[in-house]
Amino acid sequence: MASKPRTLYEKIWDDHVVEQRSDGTCLLYIDRHLVHEVTSPQAFEALRLTGRTVRRPELTLAVPDHNLPTTARVDAAGRRLPIADPQSAAQLAALERNAPEFGITYIDAASVNQGIVHVVGPEQGFSLPGATIVCGDSHTAAHGGLGALAFGIGTSEVEHVLATQTLQLRPAKTMEIRVEGQLGPGVTPKDLILHIIGVIGTAGGTGHVIEYRGPGFETMSVEGRLTVCNMSIEAGARAGLIAPDDIVFDYLKGRPYAPRGEDWERALAWWRSLRTDDGAVFDKSVVIEAGVIEPTVSWGTSPDDVVPVGGCVPSPESFADPAKQAAAVKSLAYMGLSPGDKIEDIRVENVFIGSCTNSRIEDLRAAAEVLRGRHKDPGVKWAIVVPGSGLVKQQAEAEGLDRIFTEAGLEWREPGCSACLAMNPDKVPPGERCASTSNRNFTGRQGPGARTHLVSPAMAAAAAVTGRLVDVRKLTPCKPVPA
Amino acid sequence: MGPVTTIEGRAIPLGMANVDTDVIIPAHWLKTITRDGLGQGAFESLRAVPGNVFDKPEYAAAPILIAGDNFGCGSSREHAAWALLDRGITAVIAPSFSDIFAGNAFKNGILAVALPQADIDRLLEVAQTDPISIDLDAQSVTTPFQDRFAFAIDPFRKQCLLEGLDEIGLTLASDAAISTHETMREQALPWLATPRREIA
Repeated sequence: MASKPRTLYEKIWDDHVVEQRSDGTCLLYIDRHLVHEVTSPQAFEALRLTGRTVRRPELTLAVPDHNLPTTARVDAAGRRLPIADPQSAAQLAALERNAPEFGITYIDAASVNQGIVHVVGPEQGFSLPGATIVCGDSHTAAHGGLGALAFGIGTSEVEHVLATQTLQLRPAKTMEIRVEGQLGPGVTPKDLILHIIGVIGTAGGTGHVIEYRGPGFETMSVEGRLTVCNMSIEAGARAGLIAPDDIVFDYLKGRPYAPRGEDWERALAWWRSLRTDDGAVFDKSVVIEAGVIEPTVSWGTSPDDVVPVGGCVPSPESFADPAKQAAAVKSLAYMGLSPGDKIEDIRVENVFIGSCTNSRIEDLRAAAEVLRGRHKDPGVKWAIVVPGSGLVKQQAEAEGLDRIFTEAGLEWREPGCSACLAMNPDKVPPGERCASTSNRNFTGRQGPGARTHLVSPAMAAAAAVTGRLVDVRKLTPCKPVPA
Repeated sequence: MGPVTTIEGRAIPLGMANVDTDVIIPAHWLKTITRDGLGQGAFESLRAVPGNVFDKPEYAAAPILIAGDNFGCGSSREHAAWALLDRGITAVIAPSFSDIFAGNAFKNGILAVALPQADIDRLLEVAQTDPISIDLDAQSVTTPFQDRFAFAIDPFRKQCLLEGLDEIGLTLASDAAISTHETMREQALPWLATPRREIA
């Protein structure tokens, strides 16, 4: 029987359905579960209270990231340094206690394997194509860059996955974002995803799983794909994914959790089938022209408040929707900007290079290329580079990137989520601006009163050098970057 | 969680669109290992503004919140749902909700009622002076002025809410089916079904 053409999402979904009820709700099997210290303590506590156990502990990996200070974690003698904030310390202690109690592998804060969950999963080969991957964190969408169905869940769902290795879900609608053409020189996957969010809006993908397609993705690095899929949630989609190919397979080969030998060959054969069939129909389709995209900057407090770096802050009246107009008035007041202000005239006092969106080796290389032989502007008071994991840090140091950063006056830190959400001591002071490679410019996200401008790593580096938001293409000879 | 049937009382007329979960509960409140006490931090940045709607005495015990489009967008933090509950808010009415928030709300017995903007506008008006009533079984929102707005809800979620069912308990009843699926996965995709353990 010839089966109906299916999208990549539908193939992965169908493969994981344990049971389907008459009302359409499915019990979906979960292959991989990542756990961090912030959204898990209440789930483990509930298991204890109900006397439930973890069904498949080997399918969950625990690593602390959100709370950890990014300053030194061990002293000269290799002893662990205490965490000053008692609440952060208690949350870390809870994960350290819960993981072994329930038989879950735990990566210690001082281990070279520690990092942001969404950097660690792919890097360890724990996240794999065709898998269902969940974590109590909305940026789990990132793992879709490997061709997995990956999405964020709440703490009750964390508990549900721990106890049953499944989730009760209804299938999402499908959305195709087709990127035609190639990104221009100096324009990166971060600019692409910021542009996409600007086009479809923060609720554009609600209820949908996005598949990113088009020629530009065929040459895009795994790091770039993880960046694009990471911010699917900022477009409202719980998950985004890209069909896996040789770039992904080459990336995964030999990683600690990746299959080996005969298993690798069997895995490859299956992974190569993970593509949307010709003739498959998406519920929604959007076409984006890559060639017109410029380095992109956010001006407001919603991730769809974006403009090309050469542009100006828009006026609220330029929006058709009255709710959007009202939001823009509030955003401008919070951001201390006026309609018509040129983006390139906006000065920044802080620069943050890091987060699960942009803290991988390719991101650090892009920032270092701009900073090499340059120094940060005196107006930039605080500029930190936070690698996504201990392994990224090690690789960057082997390449001498850390010296480029420190010679340019930036601080080189230990891995973690850091100033992306300011749960640890890394905060942007009230009223100050930050050129940030993170994913959210929400009110207070980087600290109370902090003003965030979302940018790519190269653009953040350019902001550090000039003390303002500036088109990085003016600073550095640009090589073409694959879309 | 206990059964949910009707929710009646004053409704906080917030009306704002794109209320993200960082606004509902800022990150510095997430350093807790319990679900309690988050009401203090709920809407902290909005409540910092003098004369804000949350701190008006008439809404002090309001069980309902009325908001704009895309309520609960952003982070997956269930602390957003716990913060609402801790403030006594057990229903949110908005034109649309983020997927993750809607799930978190349901799992905590908070009704996320989606209604068209025109209905929301009317409810925002009523909420200035009068209470609002939500009947889950009848799937309707009513006002003392004979307004009646019907809303849709996933039948499974409705049943769970009405009966106060334990979702994990329900899933564990499918234990045999899960085991069968696991055996099948182990045979077809052994490297995925049982990963290597080499790190940490």
